[in-house]
Amino acid sequence: MNEDSSQVLRNVPREKAFYFFTSVGNYTGMSAASLKEFMEKVNGVNVKSLEFHLQRGDFEKWVEEVLQDKDLARDIKRLQRFNLTGNALRNQLSMVVSRRYKRLAAPRDTIHS
Amino acid sequence: MKFKNNVMSLDDVDLKILQALQEDSRQTFTALGERLGLAHSTIYDRVRRMEEQKIIKNYTALVDAERMGIKMITALVTVYTEPKETEKVAAKLAESPEVLEVYTSLSEELLIIAKVVAASQESLHEFIANSIAPLPGVLRIRTSIVTKKLKESLFSIKNESKGVTFIKGTTE
Repeated sequence: MNEDSSQVLRNVPREKAFYFFTSVGNYTGMSAASLKEFMEKVNGVNVKSLEFHLQRGDFEKWVEEVLQDKDLARDIKRLQRFNLTGNALRNQLSMVVSRRYKRLAAPRDTIHS
Repeated sequence: MKFKNNVMSLDDVDLKILQALQEDSRQTFTALGERLGLAHSTIYDRVRRMEEQKIIKNYTALVDAERMGIKMITALVTVYTEPKETEKVAAKLAESPEVLEVYTSLSEELLIIAKVVAASQESLHEFIANSIAPLPGVLRIRTSIVTKKLKESLFSIKNESKGVTFIKGTTE
């Protein structure tokens, strides 16, 4: 794990965590304070929450501004173009985030691409 | 005017004065005395004592934001909390200028109900996401945005004829 990776993979303070809502003002009770936790919560949160935040651009904004991972922010933004909903959205988002997490969390000498 | 268990008991004259002041708190003691058939010194004395006893808490201006051209949205926000954190969360909410009213309630779960105003849905969401959801002990939040206000009442005193008094709401 290099210096940039540890920055992206760190735990952020409570006030900087991502809070999952299903609509304006309706908080699910789930939050993520790290990329690892975000990856886990994407698989468990109400899919309406994923649709709500993706459409608003909240995920990419948090990933870029708080985790400071521009590459992942760009990959998430790309998902908006496909107008995915339901489990199709969950699967794609989960894949994008977990792929990035595995790449960052893996020891440097195991990264091949 | 009598005291029992440190609580001030109001007589018919006090109630009439309060009712008149709730209708128009800017009227003079002289005008109030003429209206109620009492000396202005009596009015002055009664009002002063009710102010000292905090029965009259304040004199304020009711502002109509819509007439000022200020577009606001109102939301009723229900915050579910861990029981031991409820008081702290409610106190924190009460500090925010966006929050007009805060109540705690015990129904099936211990919860907080707050009346919140914001300039837009986006600013409402930002406030809830950044200032309420991160508070320790908040479990989940349900928000209802008000689409139409049919009634808004202030707590006021109604003094009926024959000395019978009761309390009712007045509609703006």
